[in-house]
Order: sequence, then C-alpha cells, then structure tokens
Amino acid sequence: MREVAVIGTGMTQFGELWGKSIKDIFVEAASGAIKNAGVEHIDSMYVGSMSSGLFVGQEHLGAILADYLGQNPIPSTRVESACASGGAAFRAAYFEVASGASDIVLAGGVEKMTDGADVTDSLATAADQEYEVYQGVTFPGLYAMIANSHMHEYGTTREQLAAIAVKNHKNGANNPNAQFRKPVSLEQVMNSTLVADPLRLLDCSPVSDGGAAVILCSMDVAKKFTDTIVKVKATAQASDTIALHTRKSFTTLNSVTTAAEKAYKMADVTPKDINFAEVHDCFTIAEAVVYEDLGFCEKGCGGPAAEEGRTALEGETPLNTSGGLKSKGHPVGATGIAQIIELHEQLTGQAGKRQVKNANIGLAQNMGGSGASCVINILEAK
Amino acid sequence: MISPRYHREIPQRYRLEAGKCKGCGYVSFPPRLVCPECGKNDFDLFKLDNEGKLLTYTIIRVGSDKFVGKTPFAVGIVELKDGVKLTTQIADVNLDELKIGQQVKLVFRKIQDEGKSGLHCYGYKAILI
Repeated sequence: MREVAVIGTGMTQFGELWGKSIKDIFVEAASGAIKNAGVEHIDSMYVGSMSSGLFVGQEHLGAILADYLGQNPIPSTRVESACASGGAAFRAAYFEVASGASDIVLAGGVEKMTDGADVTDSLATAADQEYEVYQGVTFPGLYAMIANSHMHEYGTTREQLAAIAVKNHKNGANNPNAQFRKPVSLEQVMNSTLVADPLRLLDCSPVSDGGAAVILCSMDVAKKFTDTIVKVKATAQASDTIALHTRKSFTTLNSVTTAAEKAYKMADVTPKDINFAEVHDCFTIAEAVVYEDLGFCEKGCGGPAAEEGRTALEGETPLNTSGGLKSKGHPVGATGIAQIIELHEQLTGQAGKRQVKNANIGLAQNMGGSGASCVINILEAK
Repeated sequence: MISPRYHREIPQRYRLEAGKCKGCGYVSFPPRLVCPECGKNDFDLFKLDNEGKLLTYTIIRVGSDKFVGKTPFAVGIVELKDGVKLTTQIADVNLDELKIGQQVKLVFRKIQDEGKSGLHCYGYKAILI
C-alpha cells in the first residue's frame, strides 16, 4: 500500500450552533479543510455521522453533503460506527488513498444534536436496544456500571475520576474551538448533579453540534502542497460484544486492546513511543480505562495517573490536549475527525498554549457504544 | 418497544428461554443463531435458573423520554447460576442498600409502555433475595 499523509484540516466551533443546519456545519468544516490543504479538487469523500436520521431526520448524508459542498459528481459515502463514525470515515479514506484508487480524499464527520430529538434515547441506539436499553439503561448508565466495577476491582476513587474532568477542562480552556473554554475545580465536578451513580454531570461529555474534516492524499501528492507533512503511520479497528453484560470483564475494553495491538504492530512502535494521545473520554471513567487498555500503564492505574498529573499537558503521556470530548464537545460523528485535527495541530507545532513539547508521534482512539467498536489511528510528523 | 419486535421476544422475556450450544455448551441469552465461541449453529432451548448475583449496578437519575417519571431507578448486570449475564432493573430496593455481590432473583414485571399504542411491555426485573 502507498504511504498516506494528512495535508489539511478544517472544523467548526463545537457547541450549541442553533443558527446552523447539519449542512451548514459540514460545509463550513469541509470547505475549511479543502482551503487549508490548498487542493483544487478532491476525488471522493467519506462522512462519519452516528445518527443524522434520529437527530435531524436526514439520511443519505453522503449525497446531500457532497451536493451542498459543490462536489457533485464525486463519490460520497456516509460511514456509521456509532461514536467511532469519524474514526471509521478516516480509515475508509485512508484505504482509498493507500490502495491507489484515489489521490486526494476528504474524511469528515458531523453531528447536529440540538434540533429537538430525545438525545439520551438516540445515543442509546448505540447499545443493544432489546436487551440493554429496554430496561431503561442510558449511556451514562453503562459507563457508570463500568466505573462501579473499576472502583470495586482496583480501588479507583471518585476524586481520581474528577481529576480527569479537571485536566480536560484545563486543556480545553486553551482550545478556541472547544464548547467549554473554562476550567472547572475538583469541587465543582464532585458536587455536580448525579446523572448515573457514581457519574455526575461534569463526568459526562456534552450534547454538541459540530463538524470536522481533513484531507488525505498520497505522500507524492502531499509533497507538492506542503513541507510540514503528517504521515498516517497506522490505522486499526476492532469490535467487541454490543452488550456490556456479555463481556468477561467490564473493566477491560477488548476492542481497545485488540485495535491497539494491531496499530502498534502496523506502526512498529510501542506505547512508550507515543508522545501524546487523543482518547475517547465520553465519560471520565472511559479515559481511565482506555489509558490502561492502550498499554500506557498496568490495569488499575488510570485513575491515579490522572490524579498524579501523568496525563497532563506537561506529564509523561499528555491525554486529550484538545480538551477531549469532555471540554471540547462531542458532536458524535465529528469527534473521531476532530481527534485527528488535534494530532495534526500538535505534530505541525500549531497548538499554541496546548503545544506538547517534542510531539513527534500521536495516537487517536475513537470508540463506539460501551466499547463495541474502536478505531485507532497513529500519525507521525515527517 | 415496537409491538412486533416485542411479541417476537416473548419466549425470552416471559419465560427466560436461552440457547445452549450443542457443540461447546455455551449458553446464550437471548438465543442466537451462531455460537460466538465455537461457530456452530445448533442449539437446545432451555429455561434459565432465575437466581444469581449482582455484578455491577448504577442508579439512573436522568432517563430517556420513555422513562420520564420513573427516575431514580436502579439498573444492574446480574449473573445467573447458568453463567448467563444480563442487564436488568433492580426493583423493590432501597437504592442506598445496593452492593456488588448481592444475591438476587428475576421476577416478572411491567418494564415500559409502548409510546404510540400504550401497549404494556413486560419482562424480568431483579429483586434482592
């Protein structure tokens, strides 16, 4: 397969974008990426979206977005893998370029969550409708059960989970595109409203609107457009049981461990070589578990690592320098692409106050449901 | 839950029917067509023991629109004696008394009403033994 590079990025502000439709949001992000890359055309496009049908009543998203982006008649396909839709769209675009089928491909993601749908119910469609959601369980509820198990098995504390939210808000405060650009204190997290015990409101990523897009191309083409080349070093994906209850363990996400193993092998790196990572902190406990399952430390240390500052911007493995889903916002389908954009900014030295020193290799981990799917991409500054 | 789907699943929901793989003995609830352990597709139907223990739980304080007026309520993952694990509400319990490891049994209860028709949808809930 050919080497693939990311040469341009674009995203909207994440937040409550009441005045903008899903089309407006996507076109703003995608136009920005095309302009940023400096390309005159794209050969095809992939759009990650979890549930545009439920959120805004619009399917056939590939076609409508290509139309409004002024890209007819290029092929355009919507990719869905719940909250990992963006990562999966990036992966599809990667393979189209790597195979030689196309030279320049756009990978985007978008979600419009504030147009009036029952968001809790819509998000719950990423779990088993018949045997989890039927009983009234919600997504905060599923991750709350993971949190309770993690506390029971490893002694993870409430304070440690709160430290993850505090860290991500601190990072997000320096991200101009973040939904919440303000720090929160440990006390604010600990005293926020209970959503699903032991998770509180400030453990949860918000309901967001937003879009993100990147331009991928072959390495030969990339060299014509830019000197600051970011190479896609690896892409991997794995699946696990849809229902949390079917798994042997509720505190290890097999889709993450499997995808990580494949990604490290493809990139020929170990966790020690990863300078920083964007991980899927839909809830604080998710960041703790994923940190462990990516192999950054032994099982059970995800909570202490956050509390001790090991995952802070100046720590040994900075996590979610963008603010993560928690502070930057989580317009579901756009999240996986926004992670890639943070990697690109860090690897090209454009992250400003969020800049990680000596950022050379970054990892993006994007997952769907309670971990039933996981996409991991590793990027490197060339 | 939409009525045809609900009716289709009455054997599982009302009678706790599971499938046991004739190849490797894996017990699947709900019954499946393909064994996730050995890949065979030949199962015996049997009724699950309704007793088990609570592996983890949460208290839902913010529910979806279908459960408005029902919060707060407890949901947990129960492992039955046959090794089957399932997600279920935990009923008739003081929410402060819940603990991982508690012994529970499944009982027949109303779970929700279908939105448009108001059809009562039944199934299992756990209660402490």
